[in-house]
Amino acid sequence: MKPRFVLRADEPWWRGPLLVMFAVLVTFIVTSALIRWSGGSPIAAFRYMFINPLQSRFGLTESILSATPLVFTGAAVAIAFRAGYWNIGAEGQLLAGTIGATWFGLHAEGLPSFVAVPGILLAGAVSGAAWALLPALLRARLGIDEVVSTLLLNPVALLVITGLLNGPWRNSETGFPDSDVIAQSAMMPVVWPDTRVHLGLVFGIVVTLGCWWFIRSMAGGLRLRAVGLAPGAARIAGLQVERTLLTTALVSGGIAGMGGASEIAGVAHQLTIGISSGFGYTGVIVATLAALSFIGSLLVALMLGIINVGSFSASRALSIPSTMGEVVQSVLLVTVVAALVIQKYRVVWKQGQS
Amino acid sequence: MIDFIIDLVAATLRIGTPLLLAALGEIVTERAGVLNLGIEGIMYSSAFSGIAAASYTGSLWIGLMVAVVTGLVAGLILAFLTVTLGVNQHVAGLGLTLFLISVSNTVNRILFTADGGQVRVEPWKSIGFGGPILDQYLFTYFALFVGAPLVWWIIWRSGFGLRVRAVGENPEAADVAGIPVARTRYQAVLLGTIFMSLAGAFITLAYVGQFTINIINGRGWVALALVIFGRWNVGRSILGAAIFSLVNAGQLQLRLVPAFAGVPFELLLALPFLAVIIGLAVSGRNVPYPGSYLKPYRRL
Repeated sequence: MKPRFVLRADEPWWRGPLLVMFAVLVTFIVTSALIRWSGGSPIAAFRYMFINPLQSRFGLTESILSATPLVFTGAAVAIAFRAGYWNIGAEGQLLAGTIGATWFGLHAEGLPSFVAVPGILLAGAVSGAAWALLPALLRARLGIDEVVSTLLLNPVALLVITGLLNGPWRNSETGFPDSDVIAQSAMMPVVWPDTRVHLGLVFGIVVTLGCWWFIRSMAGGLRLRAVGLAPGAARIAGLQVERTLLTTALVSGGIAGMGGASEIAGVAHQLTIGISSGFGYTGVIVATLAALSFIGSLLVALMLGIINVGSFSASRALSIPSTMGEVVQSVLLVTVVAALVIQKYRVVWKQGQS
Repeated sequence: MIDFIIDLVAATLRIGTPLLLAALGEIVTERAGVLNLGIEGIMYSSAFSGIAAASYTGSLWIGLMVAVVTGLVAGLILAFLTVTLGVNQHVAGLGLTLFLISVSNTVNRILFTADGGQVRVEPWKSIGFGGPILDQYLFTYFALFVGAPLVWWIIWRSGFGLRVRAVGENPEAADVAGIPVARTRYQAVLLGTIFMSLAGAFITLAYVGQFTINIINGRGWVALALVIFGRWNVGRSILGAAIFSLVNAGQLQLRLVPAFAGVPFELLLALPFLAVIIGLAVSGRNVPYPGSYLKPYRRL
C-alpha cells in the first residue's frame, strides 16, 4: 500500500479550517513536549501565551506594540512573494531602515513634528529600499538568485549597525554601544493614551491597506500578480518582468525599512544592537500564515504579537525559556504550510507498485 | 611575510572546512531538484545536538553520531514537506531553519544556560604533525580527500548519481524510465543533510569546543551561494570555498596588522559576505540551474 496525492476536484468548505486546526494541534503537541521538558505545565504555558495577553488592557496593547514591526515586514514579504521575488532579506532591510531613521532622528533637532515624523519614516523607507537595491539589480539585470543575496546581506546590515555603535554613533553620555536618543520631534506620538501603541502602527496599517488596494485594483498590481503567477506568460504578453521585479523589490525593502523607522521613532528612540529580534524573518511567517493576503497578515501579525508578549510572561511566571514563543511560531509556519497544501489534495492508498 | 602566508593558508583551510562540507551536501540535494534552505538550521541544530550529546556522554564520537541523526531527522521533515507534499521550497526550508534554531536555543536554555552555564567539551585537536599548514583537523582532510571526491564520484560515476541528476533535470522522463522520483529525492536530501550536519558538528566538536548563540552565523547561507558559484560542481565549489575562506582568513590576519588597526573590525567581518555576493555577480550569470529546481513532481 502506498499513499498517493491526487488533486481534488472539489474542496469542501470545512476542510481548510479543519486542517489548519489540525496544524495548530500538532503545534501544541510539539511545543508541549518542550515545555514539559523545561519543567513547566503546557496548559498553564498556553494560557499565558494565548489567553492572558487578551485579558488585560496592558497585555493587549503590548501585543499590538509587538505586532507593529511585524505588520511592516509581513506586508514587505507578502508583496515581494506575490511577485515571485523571494525577498528573504526583510531583516537586513529593516535594520538598514533603523540606520537611516536614526541618522535622520539625530539630525532632526529643530524640525517641527509634522515634518520630522514623516521624514524619519521616509528616511527608513529610503535606506530599506537602498539595502534591497543590490540583490534586486543582480536579479533583474544579471538573473542572479535573490534568495542567497538577500540572505547574505542580513548579517552585513547587523555588522554595519555594530560598527556604527562601536564607532561614530557610540552613546555620547554613557559610552555604551547604543546611539544617542533621537530628537523629540521625530518620535512617533502615542496614539492610544496611557499605552505604548504609537503612530507607527497607523502607518503600518495604512501601508498594508495600500498594498492590498494596489494589488487588487491597480493596473500595476495586476502586472505584479501576473509576473508572480506566470513570469513566462507575462513576458510573452509584453510585460516588463524585470522592471516589475526591480520595482517590487525596492517597494518591499522600503516597507521593511519603514518598519525599522517605526521601531526607532516609536519604541526604542535610539539605535541598539538588539533593535530587531528577527522581525524580518518573522515577516516571512506572517506573510505565509496569511497565505500572502494583506488583510490576513494584519491579523496574523497581531496573533504573533500576542504569542511574543505571552511567551515572555509565561517565561517569567513558569521559568520556561522565553524562546518558546519562537518555537510556537516556527512550528505553526511549517504545519500550516503543510496543511494548506494537503487541503488541495486527497490521499489515495494504492495497492502494489506506485 | 612567509609566516603571514603560512598562517593565512592554515586559517583558510580551517575556515573553509564547514563551508565545503555544507556545500557538498547542498550540491547533492540541489542536483535532485530540491533546494534545502534548511541548511543554516541543520548546521545550527547539529552543532548544538552534537556538543550536547558529547558533553553528556563524554564521547565526541557519540556527539558526532547524534549530530548526524539530528541532520537526518531534519532532512526527513524537509523531504516530507517538499517532496511528498510539494510545499514551496523557500518557505519550507526557511521554516525548518527557524524551527531548528529556535528549538536548539530552547533546549540549550533548558539543559545548560538556565543556571548561567555554557556547554563546553574538550574538542578534537588537529592531527598534531605536518607543520603549520598540514596540521589540520581530521574533518578538513575528510572534507577535501574523502567528502569531495566521494560526492563527485556519486554524482558523475554512480548509478545513484545518474538517477539523482535524472530526477533533477527531468523528473517526468526519469519517471517514465522507471526511476522512483520521490525515493531518489528523499535519498539525495538525506545524503545532503549528513554533510550539512558534519559541517555543524565540526564547528562545535572540533573548531570551537563550545556552543554559543548564533554560532553558525550565516555559514549555511554562504554555502548556498558557493553552490551557485560552483555551478553545482564539486571542483568549482571547492574553489569558491577557498576564495571565500581566503578573504575571511585575510581579514582575520589584517586585524593583527598595526596599519589596519584604524579600520573598524566590523567592516573586515563584512568583507567575506560581500566577497561572496561579488563572486556571484561575476560568475553567477546564466548558471545552469537543475531543470526541475524548486519544482515538486507529481504524476497527473
